[in-house]
Amino acid sequence: MFQFTSEQFRVKVGLAEMLKGGVIMDVTNAEQAKIAEDAGATAVMALERVPADIRKEGGVARMANIGKMEEIMRTVTIPVMAKARIGHFMEARILQALGVDYIDESEVLTPADEEHHIDKNAFRVPFVCGARNLGEALRRIAEGAALIRTKGEAGSGNIVEAVRHIRTIVKEMKQLTVLGPEELVHQAKTLGAPLELVEWVAHNGRLPVPNFSAGGIATPADAALVMQLGAEAVFVGSGIFKSSDPAARAKAVVQAAKNFDNAEKLLEASRALGEAMPGLDIAKMPESELLQTRGW
Amino acid sequence: MKKVGVLALQGDFRAHGAALERAGAEPVYVREPEQLQDLDGLVIPGGESTTMLKLLNYEGLADALREFARHKPIFGTCAGAILMAHAVSGPAQESLALMDIDVERNAYGRQIDSRVAALDPEPEFLERTAPGQLEAVFIRAPIIRRVEHGAHVLARYRGDPVLVEQGRHLAATFHPELTSDGRVHALFLEKL
Repeated sequence: MFQFTSEQFRVKVGLAEMLKGGVIMDVTNAEQAKIAEDAGATAVMALERVPADIRKEGGVARMANIGKMEEIMRTVTIPVMAKARIGHFMEARILQALGVDYIDESEVLTPADEEHHIDKNAFRVPFVCGARNLGEALRRIAEGAALIRTKGEAGSGNIVEAVRHIRTIVKEMKQLTVLGPEELVHQAKTLGAPLELVEWVAHNGRLPVPNFSAGGIATPADAALVMQLGAEAVFVGSGIFKSSDPAARAKAVVQAAKNFDNAEKLLEASRALGEAMPGLDIAKMPESELLQTRGW
Repeated sequence: MKKVGVLALQGDFRAHGAALERAGAEPVYVREPEQLQDLDGLVIPGGESTTMLKLLNYEGLADALREFARHKPIFGTCAGAILMAHAVSGPAQESLALMDIDVERNAYGRQIDSRVAALDPEPEFLERTAPGQLEAVFIRAPIIRRVEHGAHVLARYRGDPVLVEQGRHLAATFHPELTSDGRVHALFLEKL
């Protein structure tokens, strides 16, 4: 079941530890990957289209083109992550065979299975999964995820959902720390999460794996905000390559992740950035257009 | 209590801070050059060496670290060891050149090749710390390809040096901060 002390799991979490305090950037080709690495990204996420384009163009979003991913892996020396559809364990096995460093079982792609997520314990490659609340995070960890990120609302350029999700996860963890044993059993039922994991969080006051943020981060201030709220690193999707000057914005977000509690330095990083990506008002979007409701 | 800085630009600096506390030192998370002033030593943690290099340059910290290293001990793990090396390959990149070692990045392969190994350290390491095998966590680790000029090896894995000391400095290609064995941190604190 839970193998927090197994060598394989420690090595999976170990890479996430190395990514802390950094920025993981979505890229669709080798040229973008190089821009991300040169700006100081700790890793790149290879995908076919950035979330803003998936949202605009519609259709089925799948694992990225193999040739493109190979080119990205040849071009940069930082870790390369790639997205697989929720429940699509064959895409995941192909990505493992390709040798990517992390797999994101992601709601940004079109789900392949509406009931089951991938059994991530069966893989040697580590997985990151999105979550909106503590129950969802613990279910993914039970399946073997070695890293959790907020779902936020990908491709929206709007930070409100990522804030909601990181605040929810942090608050629900705090609440567990004051409960007694019989209350934890009830809370495990309410959260829909394994009791053993609920007890672990209650005892330690944090997730058993690193906790990052994603989904709507478009500016250095956005990155700093979610890190102030408890995220240990950030993923930036459309925010970099849908802005007017990707190289400058990428560098600024990297500086913001390091200086997340220093307003003077954030001011410096935010100067002369050009236009951010256009944002969407999520409150006005129909539920069917939300990506965060994919998966459970 | 010894005050030991942990370079906190990016990476697993909190894990190093916790390991230093367990070993009986007070960690100070260093983000600005001024913070180096009254420290007894410094740890450069694991993380992405390319990211740390950019941030060192953005923040004007590289010269401050070179100056610090002339008087005080520095201990680098993984990315930290890459930054301390004289020359870096796979591909070539800048470094602080604090030790006479050459390092090849990602030399074991990708994440799928990351591993936990049990090492039999050199007798000198055991004499200076305590007996027993040493657990080493390698994450997309580099390999030390050359050790010269008084730099000497304290532990090897499959024949390659993984823990090297030169004068006041220490470099490991693995992550002692990610295990419960505190001997490598204790060895570093002995040098302060």
